[in-house]
This record gives sequence, C-alpha cells and structure tokens, in this order.
Amino acid sequence: MIGLLKRVFGNNMGQAQEVTDTGSVAADAVYRYVVVGAGPAGVSVVENLRRNDAEGSILLLGDEPEPPYSRMAIPYLLVGKVGETGTHLRQQENHYQALGIQLRNARVTGIDAAARRVALSDGSGVQYEQLCLATGALPIRPPVPGLDQKRVHHCWTLKDARHIIELAHEGANVVLMGAGFIGCIILEALALRGVNLTVVEMGDRMVPRMLDPVAGTLLKHWCQERGVAVHTSTRITRVEPNPGNSEDTLLVDLDNGQQIPAHLVVVAAGVKSNLDYLQDAGLAVDQGILVNEFLRTSDPHIYAVGDVAQGPDFENGDRVVHAIQPTATDHGRIAALNMVGKPTPYRGSMQMNVLDTLGLISVSFGEWDGVPGGDQAVLQDQQGYRYMRLEFDGERLVGAQCVGRTNHVGVIRGLIEGRVALGPWKERLKKNPHLIMDAYLACAQR
Amino acid sequence: MQKSLHIIPEKCTGCTQCEIACSMEHEGIFSSSKSRIRVFKFHDEGRFVPYTCTQCAEAWCQRACPTGAIDINARTGAKEVLATACVGCKVCTIACPFGTINYVPDSGKVAKCDLCGGDPACAKACPTGAILFIDAEATGFEKMRAWAAKTDTGASATA
Repeated sequence: MIGLLKRVFGNNMGQAQEVTDTGSVAADAVYRYVVVGAGPAGVSVVENLRRNDAEGSILLLGDEPEPPYSRMAIPYLLVGKVGETGTHLRQQENHYQALGIQLRNARVTGIDAAARRVALSDGSGVQYEQLCLATGALPIRPPVPGLDQKRVHHCWTLKDARHIIELAHEGANVVLMGAGFIGCIILEALALRGVNLTVVEMGDRMVPRMLDPVAGTLLKHWCQERGVAVHTSTRITRVEPNPGNSEDTLLVDLDNGQQIPAHLVVVAAGVKSNLDYLQDAGLAVDQGILVNEFLRTSDPHIYAVGDVAQGPDFENGDRVVHAIQPTATDHGRIAALNMVGKPTPYRGSMQMNVLDTLGLISVSFGEWDGVPGGDQAVLQDQQGYRYMRLEFDGERLVGAQCVGRTNHVGVIRGLIEGRVALGPWKERLKKNPHLIMDAYLACAQR
Repeated sequence: MQKSLHIIPEKCTGCTQCEIACSMEHEGIFSSSKSRIRVFKFHDEGRFVPYTCTQCAEAWCQRACPTGAIDINARTGAKEVLATACVGCKVCTIACPFGTINYVPDSGKVAKCDLCGGDPACAKACPTGAILFIDAEATGFEKMRAWAAKTDTGASATA
C-alpha cells in the first residue's frame, strides 16, 4: 500500500491516475485532496489548496455538466446581460487544468469515512487523504399540491434558467412563489423580461429574513408602483391544470380565494443544505454539516464549507448556516489552509446581503434586527424610499440595514468585524446614521 | 518597485481637486459624486481625510466576486474591475470592509480605484502634497493593511 501511495502521489501534479492492482480489479484512484461540489465554495477550496500545496493531487467533483458556475449570476443571464459563459466562476480557458486540478463530472452517492472513500453514481469510487464537502444547498419544494407539473420550475441551476428563458416571454403571466432573497433577485429578472408578474409571499413583508417590517414594506410598495402584483401574508394552496387555455396552462390558487392563470410558476421558497448523500457517513449534522472553527467536521479527515456547512457565527460562536457568497469563499480559503496543515482558525461568518429590486438597492448586515439590551439608530424617508437602521451593542455596531443607499456600505462590515469601539461617534451615528464612513475613519484609522 | 497611494490627511485642505480629477479621468466629467476617491470632512476638528482603495493584499472584493471580474494588474498591483465580466451583483460592495468599491447605477457595474494604470490623477491634482504616489514600501499605509489583517476572517491566514 505504501508503494502504491508513492506511485500515486509522486511528482505528478494532480495527475493521480487509475491504479490497477496486479491486473485484476481496477482500484480506486487515490488523491491527496478530494473536494465535492464545484460551486464558489468548492472552487475557492481547490484554488487555495493549490496556492498552499504545489504538488498534492486535487480532484474537484461536480454533478452538473457545465464548467463551475455561479448561481448568483443566473438572474443576469435571464435578462441577457451575460451569456452562459458569463456565469462561469472563472473566465480563463483551462483555468483548472493550468492549476493541476482535475475536474470530474460525477455525483457522489455516499461516503465511507473509515475507508476514506467517496462512492460515485457510476459505481466507481475515489479515495482521499483529505476530503472537503462543498455540496451547497438545494431549493425547497414546499408541500403544495401541483408543483410537480410542467411549467413549474425552481430558479437554481443553469438548466432551470434555460426553462425559464423559454417560458418567460414578454407579457406572459408568471407567478413567483416566495419573495425571500432569492425570490427578489428573480423578481427583478422576470420583471425586466417584461412578464406580467405576480409575487406571493407567506411572510408579512418582502425579504423577511433580511429586512425589518419598515424596509420590507418599502420594497413591496416600490414593486407595486412598478406594476408587479405583490401579495404578502398569502399562501399558494394549490397549482391546478387550467384546461382549455393553451397559453396559461396553470391556475394558481391563493388562500385568499383568488385564482391566477399562469404560463409559468417559479418556486423560490428557500433552500436547505444538501445532505442527502451523507446518510451512512456518520458525520455530525444539524441544519448543515457541523464544523468547528477549523471548518473540520466530526471526522478528522473531512471538512465542510459553504452552504452545506454549519459553522461558527462571528457574533456569538453559535453554529449557523450562512448560505451567502462571501461566507462560501471565506470558508474555502480557511478550510484549504487547514487541509494543507497550516492551522488557521476561522473568526466566524456574518450574515450580509445586498439586493437590487427594480433599482431599489437594500443591504443588511449581521444582527440587523438587534441584540438583547442593545440600542438603535433609525432614519427613514418613506416617500423617498430611503431607510437606515443601525444596531449597537454597547459602543459597538453589530448590525445594519439600509434601503436606497449603496455608497461605502462595505464599511459597515469593517465596523462590525473590526469590533470598532465607537466612543463619541455612537451618539453622532444615532443623530445621523449615514455618517458610517466618517465614524470608521475617525475611530478605526487614526 | 511597486508604488501605492500615500495619503497624509494633515496636509489636506479639503479642496476636493482630487475628486474632480478622478471623475474627469474615469468618467470624462467634473463631478465629485463620480469620484473613486472621496474627501471626508470633519469640520469640528478642521480635519480632512482623502480616502480610497488601498489595493489591500486581502483583496476582499476579488475573493467575493462570483464571476471572476476583479483582476490584479501585474504591473501596478491594482485590483481592477473587468467591465466585461462584472454583472453588477454588488456583492463586492458589501464584502470590502473599507467601503471603497461602489456600485454605479449608470453603468450597472461597480467601480473602484485602479491607480489610473500607474499614474494616478488624484495625486497629480493635489496642490498640497497630501496624496503621494510613492514606493509601496515607504508609504506607511501598512497601518491600513494591519487593520485589514485585524478584521480578517482568518486571523493568521497568509495565503
């Protein structure tokens, strides 16, 4: 076995090949690093592995046929701002090959942690020294009858996007289920395609997990003024066939008794960590795969990153799933350092989102809804669609939301993650929350 | 030797000629609101602070970009936005803890300081020498970098 490992891990950058034992059964290929999932988190892992280990063989497994791409770019594909190649995470040809990273299109069906082996859907397997799970999240299909019909789609993969592009023609009646973060991004794309759009959200406002009632309601009014029908505190109870109508083949039933004919129904009812293949892996899981501050799972040879990982929270150290791009790439970088043997603790992730809803831009950070015993600064101009709310814990900023302001908003992250002591600037911010950059320059850069 | 912007707030009089020069260089108009360098005014203290991207080693904007639209100019070291690849998702604008990459509604993309390809207009326009473009080693903007490291999600990450 030692001889075999030497052959595989020789100086052949990432070129670990199928090794046959004495000519009888084809043995599994063995890699120093196997990364499952080719989204932003997985790609961040493999690139950082190579940056820190020039020689170790790296295999990146992805179960979609396209080169690694960004789901975040799909709305821009829907409106024709980019083509499919514009969604690719890396624009250079042969990016992975040039880094000696082997890319393989395969679906993982199980993990045998004792044998350090990943089973693939074609019946084969690969063995690893270090494994990283970056299998992301899957869209939730709520238990509403009729969602299994034609012309009902999620908007999650490039394949979904192609269906939507085909169906969402100008003037088409489209019903969007869900006005959460992903729903709102799709909302903008659908509206820009010129469809006749109805949005149905069961929460009492838009993006209820990112914005408070004031801000979420501002977004709703903004959309309504621009011709989008928005129903909040409303559920879709059923999607029925609409016989005799060749254009609007679906009929969407709402719990307020309304029925809406639809050519296309898009389901954006949230996502959940993709854990299905882990049943027999023996890893500790909760909402996601539980990882410690080194992003290591309960198995010392297995790491988890991105939307599938439930890792430390920046503010309180709780284990949380923060399914956002900055967390995915931060996770990827930190996990890779630990995997190559450079112990690097992660300071924890913070929720942060930015959303453009038909030109009205909103952002939220961290503990945007406040912490017990904290206090806040609020400035609102509802007619002007501007809103800013800062949340403090003592003399620190711990969370924020803004609607209608984009300049320098990143500095909110700097103030929160830098745990900047605001001193007299807290009172100034309470009088004028827009002075975030001034506060940062005065408190953090002197 | 790579150069970087070195800002000396004590020398700034708040004239905002740097802002005007920046907007002229990049947008072809004289408009402070289009500038990628901003002068923050602390009137109570009579203090002015010009502020822009430090081209930080952590490259938060680059790491957060989902389409690989931020590239490092090998000659100048500047992190530059590739207009052809930027889709305008704005994730970099919340990921940069310095707040120095911003969304531009007119273009539907983000913009940041690119060191004007190696000859920054702001430094040339500054009448008091508050903005210098000098050897990176000598700038003392290590202070900013140190701060960046402090906020880094990986305390000792050197990747």
